[in-house]
Amino acid sequence: MNQHALLFFLRGQGLKFAVIVFTFGLIYRLLHPVLLGRKKNLAAPRGGEWGPGMRTIWHRSLFPVRLTPRGHFIIIAGYIFHLGFLITLLFLSQHIELVKNTFGIYWPALPPGAISIAAVLSIAALAALFVHRITDPVKRLISDFQDYLVWVLTLLPLLTGLALDMAADYQRMLIVHIISVELLLIAIPFTKLAHMLTTFSSRWYNGAIAGYKGVKA
Amino acid sequence: MSPQSIPIHALTEEAHSIGNIRALLTEIASLLDKLDRNNESGMIDLNSLPLAPGEYEKLRLALGRGEVSARIDAIGPSEIIETHYPGVWWVTHYNVEGDIVADLLEIATIPEIIKSQPEDMHAGLARLRTRLSEVAE
Amino acid sequence: MKDHETLSERLAEQGISRRAFLKFCTALASLMALPPESAAAMAQALAKSLRPSVIWLSFQECTGCTESLTRSYTPTLESLIFDMISLDYHHTLQAASGFAAEKSREDAMKNFYGKYLLVVDGSIPINGGGVYSTIAGRTNLDLLQETAKGAAAIIAVGTCSSFGGIPNARPNPTGAVAVSDIVRDKPIVNISGCPPIPSVITGVLAHYLTFGTLPDLDDLNRPRSYYGTTIHDRCYRRPFYDQGKFAKTFDDEGAKNGWCLFELGCKGPTTHNACATTKWNGGTSFPIESGHGCLGCSEPHFWDAGSFYTPLSAPVVNIEATTLGAAIAGAGVAVAMSSLDRNKIHRAQQAHEIMSVKDL
Repeated sequence: MNQHALLFFLRGQGLKFAVIVFTFGLIYRLLHPVLLGRKKNLAAPRGGEWGPGMRTIWHRSLFPVRLTPRGHFIIIAGYIFHLGFLITLLFLSQHIELVKNTFGIYWPALPPGAISIAAVLSIAALAALFVHRITDPVKRLISDFQDYLVWVLTLLPLLTGLALDMAADYQRMLIVHIISVELLLIAIPFTKLAHMLTTFSSRWYNGAIAGYKGVKA
Repeated sequence: MSPQSIPIHALTEEAHSIGNIRALLTEIASLLDKLDRNNESGMIDLNSLPLAPGEYEKLRLALGRGEVSARIDAIGPSEIIETHYPGVWWVTHYNVEGDIVADLLEIATIPEIIKSQPEDMHAGLARLRTRLSEVAE
Repeated sequence: MKDHETLSERLAEQGISRRAFLKFCTALASLMALPPESAAAMAQALAKSLRPSVIWLSFQECTGCTESLTRSYTPTLESLIFDMISLDYHHTLQAASGFAAEKSREDAMKNFYGKYLLVVDGSIPINGGGVYSTIAGRTNLDLLQETAKGAAAIIAVGTCSSFGGIPNARPNPTGAVAVSDIVRDKPIVNISGCPPIPSVITGVLAHYLTFGTLPDLDDLNRPRSYYGTTIHDRCYRRPFYDQGKFAKTFDDEGAKNGWCLFELGCKGPTTHNACATTKWNGGTSFPIESGHGCLGCSEPHFWDAGSFYTPLSAPVVNIEATTLGAAIAGAGVAVAMSSLDRNKIHRAQQAHEIMSVKDL
């Protein structure tokens, strides 16, 4: 298989497969626990569920003020990584073109220079969090293989995308970039990366429980 | 729609500039420096450069014309112009139909193509001797 | 024409001066993408070279490659190149026809066995024993195999003979393949493009004449001096790509300003060719300069690589329905599985017994 055939496969059937696994798996992982329901709460409600649930989704996305310095580091690095990743994903014109060509919707792009800065910051944050993970004794102890796997899978699309316009061979780097993205898509439903959706359902649930009890989450 | 109704927009100086001219002038300066110091000549093939529309003309304007110009007729004309910067020659080779087949900047005291070639001199000498021998008879 | 005289002897006969020849070599060096200083050395080597015999076979093709070469912008240059070779068989250009034409091919093969150059344009159909294209009652496959045997090297001109090209596009009814799919024991140079840049064809011939060898080739057997960089690498619109300035339609403000055509499907980043610098029609322009994206015609399977107007970053298949289907299927399975699991929980709860005094 030459490079052109490989690229054609990755932009066609390969992508299709990755998207099926990703969408099917993620929807399943989001809906299954929700539809499973929960035990009937016999206690009399002291407040609503919906409002506090939604509030908690929002509230926990905000920057927590009262933290130790170490807590600050993790929160800041986490913010930088997530924001950088999202900006790169959603505001690079080539990515918008993908969505536009698939779903017909589009929005303005950011200049490539801004995207590069976002990607570099995101990569730097990932690197810092990795160092923290292997140097902190507690973090190291509770980290398993999957934690390192998802770190690599998340890092690769950022790195290969950033390298795309510097690479001597654009096509080869594009192939590597798309492979890394499709691996990430396939891995998401089977790993902790499913938190990209389930984090919202679990936050809502936490808020809802507290709301039912009439306390702040 | 009449041709007059098509609006005409004047493009600004920078509209199509992608910065090739400055880069080229810098390279020319460095080659000219080499010629001056070490008597090393150099060439730039303009055909191999990704010039934006209009940049070729800008380069012409930037280099200007100097004191010397020459014309060669050999399978089509060739135009050799010393630019405003002595030692920097603009050499353009045309074919018989008037299309450019090679376009070079030559940084030298005299462009290679102007010099008489040994092979041509040998042939010319032979012709001259034949003529002399004919005259002698 | 005498076949074994050197070029300098022929030039002297025609009254072409050494200076004129040096000018010609300067033009050659420029189109071969060699440093301009090498013109003098080229002139030295070329003057001593002998004219090789060339057999040109046209198979499943549109004659666009021959048109490209013979109508190129430098007729004197190309005709000089043709003076430097002995084109013994080319069924579009030769005067002879019928048996006489085939005889000249056979004679050249016999007299210059192991030394002649074979140029091929067009793909070779192999389905049904190759019956889809025949010359003088013989299949292209047969002719190629026979003529390739005594060739010193093969030059595949155009995307069809290099990679199969348009005849090879799905569903490929004739089973069209490239020269390299059939001939495996000869050096092959692929000069791809639909059509290839004429000066690249002459450049490769000139390289063979000057150095007696084939030029340095890439992994698809294309000469690196022309196919070493992509259209994107040498494109004058590259700065706009780097700044994120893209034309969104063919007549918007961006298109008028000459911005990058990536979003209109330009395949420049994955296409290796010399169009951006050599340009077409006497250096007038090339597709991107004329406002249309690159189609990628010098690459394998360019015809089947998705729409010419789909950006490189977008999928080549429609994944909208797939995504929706996968989401609905995921939801459906979640409903089914959760009700199954609810039953399981329910049954587990039913199985509970109330503890009695006896248990204690």
